[in-house]
Amino acid sequence: MENKGLTKVDLIFESIDIMKVMKKAFEMTSDEIIQQILESGLKGRGGAGFPTGLKWKYTAAEKDPEKYIVCNADEGEPGTFKDREILDKVASKVYAGMTIAGKAMGARKGFIYLRGEYRFLLPQLFAELHKFHKLINEIGYDFSIEYRMGSGAYICGEESALFESIEGFRGEPRNKPPYPTVSGLFSKPTSINNVETLVTSVMIIEKGANEYFKLGTKDSRGSKVFSISGDTPIPGIFELELGMTVQEFVNEFGDGDTKAVQVGGASGFCVPRKKFKDTIIGFEGVPTGGSMKLFNSSRSMYNVLHNYLDFFAEESCGQCTPCRVGCQQLLKGVEKVKKGESKSTYLNELVKLADTMKVASKCGLGQSVGNAFKSIVENFREEIIY
Amino acid sequence: MVTLKINEQEVKVAEGTTVLDAAKKLGVIIPTLCNHPDLCVAGNCRVCVVEQTGARTLVAACAMPVSEGMDIHTNSLKVRNARKHIVELLLSEHRADCTKCYKNQKCELQTLANEYSFGEHIFLDLVEDHSYTIDRSSPAFIKDDSKCIRCQRCVRTCAQLQHVSAIAVANKGSHMKISSFHDRPMSHVVCTNCGQCVNRCPTGALTEKTYIDQVWDAIYDTDRHVVVQTAPAVRVALGEDLGYDPGERVTGKMVTALRQLGFDSVLDTDFTADLTIIEEGTELLTRLKKVLVENDHSMALPMFTSCSPGWIKFIEHKYPKMLPNLSTCKSPQQMFGALAKTFYAQKRKIDPAKVVSVSIMPCTAKKYEADRPEMRSSGYKDIDFVLTTRELAVMIKQAGIDFRSLEPSHYDSIMGTSTGAGVIFGATGGVMEAALRTAYEIVTGRPVPFKNLNIMPVRGMDGVKEATIKIEGTTEEWRFLEGAELKVAIAHGLVNANKVAKAVSTGKADYHFIEIMACPGGCLGGGGQPIPTNAAVRQKRMEAIYSEDMHMDLRKSHENPEIVAIYEEFLGKPNGHKSHELLHTHYIARESY
Repeated sequence: MENKGLTKVDLIFESIDIMKVMKKAFEMTSDEIIQQILESGLKGRGGAGFPTGLKWKYTAAEKDPEKYIVCNADEGEPGTFKDREILDKVASKVYAGMTIAGKAMGARKGFIYLRGEYRFLLPQLFAELHKFHKLINEIGYDFSIEYRMGSGAYICGEESALFESIEGFRGEPRNKPPYPTVSGLFSKPTSINNVETLVTSVMIIEKGANEYFKLGTKDSRGSKVFSISGDTPIPGIFELELGMTVQEFVNEFGDGDTKAVQVGGASGFCVPRKKFKDTIIGFEGVPTGGSMKLFNSSRSMYNVLHNYLDFFAEESCGQCTPCRVGCQQLLKGVEKVKKGESKSTYLNELVKLADTMKVASKCGLGQSVGNAFKSIVENFREEIIY
Repeated sequence: MVTLKINEQEVKVAEGTTVLDAAKKLGVIIPTLCNHPDLCVAGNCRVCVVEQTGARTLVAACAMPVSEGMDIHTNSLKVRNARKHIVELLLSEHRADCTKCYKNQKCELQTLANEYSFGEHIFLDLVEDHSYTIDRSSPAFIKDDSKCIRCQRCVRTCAQLQHVSAIAVANKGSHMKISSFHDRPMSHVVCTNCGQCVNRCPTGALTEKTYIDQVWDAIYDTDRHVVVQTAPAVRVALGEDLGYDPGERVTGKMVTALRQLGFDSVLDTDFTADLTIIEEGTELLTRLKKVLVENDHSMALPMFTSCSPGWIKFIEHKYPKMLPNLSTCKSPQQMFGALAKTFYAQKRKIDPAKVVSVSIMPCTAKKYEADRPEMRSSGYKDIDFVLTTRELAVMIKQAGIDFRSLEPSHYDSIMGTSTGAGVIFGATGGVMEAALRTAYEIVTGRPVPFKNLNIMPVRGMDGVKEATIKIEGTTEEWRFLEGAELKVAIAHGLVNANKVAKAVSTGKADYHFIEIMACPGGCLGGGGQPIPTNAAVRQKRMEAIYSEDMHMDLRKSHENPEIVAIYEEFLGKPNGHKSHELLHTHYIARESY
């Protein structure tokens, strides 16, 4: 197990000369840009971790003259607030990332789908965007970005539901295939990337893939912005090199009494104290889109689980059976067990149900409900029952 | 071509084929719920999940296109476990009062439950956690949300086939439901009552509002004289609910069965279909004369047919400005109703107050139409009860009639004689063909210039059909039409009707006469027809309709001796005073939500 320890990094929020890095990118061919991103080993920072370079490569390979780059700023995962900070502090780097991605794959148009609750940021984002458009106009580059607002549905952070929402329809995930790189927004080839991914790709172009590659581990290259909350004396946004163990993380951010860390939000995994030392935060261990929630021994893991299930039962789009009904069954099931109205062994049936949801749900939402459910039930069974 | 393996058997199929269809080719059955051949793929019920070797998750067979070298297992342990869970989950939010349910033994969820969910239920009952509503506001159908499994077949039907979207998905998560605009009752939204959703609902969430018991009560009331009329499309579909293959004509047996059920007189809507042709044909010729010759634009062209009550409600909601373009003729059902309690009662010397008029229709919108306040020109409710083809099949079963062994018989008279022109009303293009057979002959004195009177250009399943008939050799009275080219269009399914209506409303079409049927295929694909109804079934029923026409002695409405007689004895002349009183109606502009 490769273990890098805990190292603070400053890439995402580092102030750079936007024009300089864009000019550098414009001098590169589409293939060269994609090659840099591929070589950097960058994986999507929204949580799913699809290799960014591949996504761009697939979109670039499509022949359609009309393509889109979409920035997913719906940031709805409970406990994640890093994209807000990035947009607040370095919006121009997000715009630059979209422009470079557009150049790499042949897209002239970008959309940013912004979480409804972040509407308050719009005036400054618009002002920044206006400046940015002026800047690329001056160098005669044809690319523009528009904002589209979410309205509070968690599911609209799922890429295809997000497209539906932009297109004016109800936010429901589509069947895949076709994947967005083939048929995405308005049925055109689309690369959809997280806010942080786009900024990271700017930094890769700036520093070079080799530099970036030095950070992190084999499976998790680079650094990552974490949103740290819960029982910690220092909640907030921290950029850390990937490859640390949960123990190292807790040593830094815990309050001395940490019993569990929920890595990756409601759709992520719960790591109990006994597994802190053996669990790496990253794709080789527990991946995260940034959300790190610490729980100390005063917390009831039943309440934590109940809260997540309540959230999912509310935020499932309701389209597919395993997710819509499964979430309600898990929620009602743990309530009944807790009250003693169902036998404790009923939890075993619920674990099997969570497995079915993982393999049979239509999209990532239903497929990941089981992550939190199983990791909490399996590690804190006593707290669920008694 | 793509080669893949399903359950270790190799199969070659065209690119773009779904795993579901590839499996069908091998005779491997994969259960489905949200899938319907008339609708786009949804992939939301997940009942059809199968295992693809190497894939992270199971895949929905209905939505997954085949790929080279794919290795699929449709019945692995993983698949069976997931499928059982999914069926159990659906059952947990479904009010499974099967023995009381109208769809008992005709429910697709029940069929799946029989295969996957016997014995103890795994999951908790969620039905009581929801405040489900049962909407009985429409006279045509009932929407019972407690039976809904959210497959969205109805939503897709309403949007894709009918361009109405009276129902859509509302809310999310556990509150997600199929709802109307602002949760209004179905009687107060754009719903056309066409029943296409009812025909596609896999459970008892959408069912026709049944009047079977009321009809039995009337039959057993010795003080009542109960007449029944049967629409043209019923005779080519009823058999499907009684064990026959699609496309079987069961006209004679149906008549015998109705008599055995105890109806006092078994009559034919085809008679008033013929009458409609005379009235509507005359109206068209009058409009043509007014507009083209007299330059009197108080009458609108093109003229739309008005037989389909779903279409009527659609245009009232969506194109109220074009209501003057609608023929003022009532539908054959309502002409029949008005005459049953006037002409028929007089002839048979029965107090019209004692006549109960029942119609058997392929349609749910007919239930609504019969309830319209305008439809009381006899002084009574012209049609008392409308039953669908499906409900008639239920009555035949209830009465213990062995349908197969019945001897065929003929309709009673009066109002039971009809022509092939009346029969083809049941298929898209049929009204147009019947109208042309008569109008052309009135105007020229000669039969339409098509072999065996079969006007092929107006037949078939194309969504919108167009034809031009050149009128030559007119008689003295119709000289103004000499050399004229009559431009006609035919649309079926409201999505196609909308295309034509839009073209007309924006001045992009120069038709004279347009036939519109709300349902795909025309009445033969009506919302009240046996389930399943799909393209293959509609095709069979259409062939049966035209075969029925070919077997008729008379094939032109104006040659129907009972039609000739009713004008001589009762109505006077077409579009005359009495006709207007009994056979014509008016329309109402409605809101567009």
